[in-house]
Amino acid sequence: MHIDPLERKWAYTALGMAGLFVSIIMVDALIHGINAPSHVETIDSARLHLSEEFAEDNLGVKVDAEGAITVRMVAGRYSFYPKHIAVPSETKVTFRWVSTDVLHGVHIPMTNMSTMIVPGYVAQVTTSFPKPGEYPVLCNEYCGLGHDHMWSNISVVAKENWTAPTNAPVTGDAK
Amino acid sequence: MNDAVENKFILSHLWVAFGAFILACFMGVYQVLERSGFIEALTSPSVYFASVSTHGVLMAFVLTTFFIMGFGYYVASTSLKIPIWNKPLAWTGFSIALGGTVLAAIPLLIGKASVLYTFYPPLLAHVSFYIGATLLVVGSWFWCAIMVVMFYQWKKANPNQPVPLAMFATTANALLWLWTSAGVALEVLFQLIPLALGWMDTIDPGLARTLFAWTLHPIVYFWLIPAYTAFYVFVPKQAGGFLFSDEMARVAFIILVVFGLPIGFHHLYMDPEQASGWKLLHAFGTFVVSFPTLITGFTVIASLEIAGRLRGGKGLFGWIGTLPWTNPMTLSVILSLLMLIFGGFGGLVNASYAMNAMIHNTAWVPGHFHLIFGGTTIIMYFAIAYYFWPILTRKPLFSDSLALIQLWTWFIGMAIMTTPWHVLGLLGQPRRISSVAYNSLLTLSWDPYEFVMIFGGFVLLGSACLFIYNLAKTQLSSASAEFVQQVEYAEPIHAVESLPEYLNDFKLWNKVIAVLMFISFGVPILQFFFMDTFGSSGWGY
Repeated sequence: MHIDPLERKWAYTALGMAGLFVSIIMVDALIHGINAPSHVETIDSARLHLSEEFAEDNLGVKVDAEGAITVRMVAGRYSFYPKHIAVPSETKVTFRWVSTDVLHGVHIPMTNMSTMIVPGYVAQVTTSFPKPGEYPVLCNEYCGLGHDHMWSNISVVAKENWTAPTNAPVTGDAK
Repeated sequence: MNDAVENKFILSHLWVAFGAFILACFMGVYQVLERSGFIEALTSPSVYFASVSTHGVLMAFVLTTFFIMGFGYYVASTSLKIPIWNKPLAWTGFSIALGGTVLAAIPLLIGKASVLYTFYPPLLAHVSFYIGATLLVVGSWFWCAIMVVMFYQWKKANPNQPVPLAMFATTANALLWLWTSAGVALEVLFQLIPLALGWMDTIDPGLARTLFAWTLHPIVYFWLIPAYTAFYVFVPKQAGGFLFSDEMARVAFIILVVFGLPIGFHHLYMDPEQASGWKLLHAFGTFVVSFPTLITGFTVIASLEIAGRLRGGKGLFGWIGTLPWTNPMTLSVILSLLMLIFGGFGGLVNASYAMNAMIHNTAWVPGHFHLIFGGTTIIMYFAIAYYFWPILTRKPLFSDSLALIQLWTWFIGMAIMTTPWHVLGLLGQPRRISSVAYNSLLTLSWDPYEFVMIFGGFVLLGSACLFIYNLAKTQLSSASAEFVQQVEYAEPIHAVESLPEYLNDFKLWNKVIAVLMFISFGVPILQFFFMDTFGSSGWGY
């Protein structure tokens, strides 16, 4: 088989480039722990209202005894519930999204908060929001003819001004 | 082979393909107008989503499948110099695919299948949409079988001879498509059709998405391989030179087929039903398939350089100016490679496991695939059509200059339309919305880009009309019946005397693919049968 020396050099260069990109991705994922939402966890989407976790009273922002913030959200045609939430800036927030009907997707523009919401599964994303402000929460997967109207809002509050929601079962010394 | 019957057979395929194409282009212009929200009277989600679903099916399934079949039949009969094997079987495949297209088109056009071309269960379309789409694929399997039979017919008659590169690539594509279409076939046959007919009450959307991802990536190589084939086997000759390396072309096609298959999870990066380890494995494979594209870029540009220097080009870049820029095939390859560079850059971002979160499901994504598919791939489909039409109709092309204007305007229009989409994606605009109804100041920053997008859409529609006009005028002209032109395949600069069997056959590679597919999809599919999963019932939309 005939390979021109120049093409051989190019082939090594091409492999080197691909190798570099893959290495960066692997270092980010395996060492820095930057992963796509991949929490393989099932849930019965038809019985969300009966489940402990996603019953109406448990939705929204909750702070546990250690001060960890979890946001539980239900996606259903055509909104995300609750319609408005407030979280602190520069603080780790874990979102747990479920769908009550069809496929949805959600992202908060200008942030890393993005995931698909597949009925039958819990989509979990942990991120933090560096910049305070008002952000829309947009459905980004076609879910029916009202898809354009599926959005809700999130306020990112400077963390020194943020207080945990009053109905949250705050225990311990959480701020 | 310039048999009139075969020509008619091939033209039938190509007209179905380009008929679907022009219809979808009109829909595309309607979509950019409707989506922008600038014209109040156009606003209608039901018409918009019916249109988007139809546009996707026509462009991605109908245009491609019929074009690839017609192209493949022609390449097989001319490069092997044998007649198409079993013409009744070939016509049967064509009829099944066409019947399926019509069956799927009816519910699409009346808004009974607005589930987009990616199906999105548990949304449920009318059952005839799924059956029609299945028949389109089944029809294409006849083509695959005929390509494989002709490949082995020729090998048997010419033992130890290298199979002509054009046929090697076409057979590679037929095998790729058989492997590729299995995923979506499983989804449609065992999940969607039974659900739509009421035989099953629920399906698991996680499993459905996994099976669709099996198909969703390699299908783009099914569309792309004819473009790459033209790069290698037509372009060097049309530019006035030689193919730089026949062997490296074969290596590129083999790697595309083998590694294009087991990497579909980069469409599921943001999905909750697959674990990060599997996604990383597929991310690794995704970067492996950048290799054959980089090799192709090198070989094609080196072939062009040979041509440019043979035509008197001097110096480091002088050969670029001496290329025959007014030859449609040569112009096409230059524009096609430019689009590949832009689109490839965006693709690197999409492929990057974590970075993808910034642009997932935003307008960036259609921006990316309109560059690679609508740009790189379709420009080469145009070039092939301009090259084949005079040969197949035995009439000179109606207008060469119109063809050049058409190619340039398509390139410019695509650049104008996709650049704002990339920006809109970074500004957070979701794809697949029919209006911008969000009550957010952010949307104000989107408006100027929507204007540019609409302009690009109109340039593209104008270009598409020029294309169809030129082909139709060529075929309908009363030019002399004596016009005869033959297809010319490029010669490699180093003649290939003998090849190792692994570069001249696919038996080994089929086994490698089977192993890789089992590794990449085995556990991810089987997990759904071991996990405690909950099905979803079907939903309207």
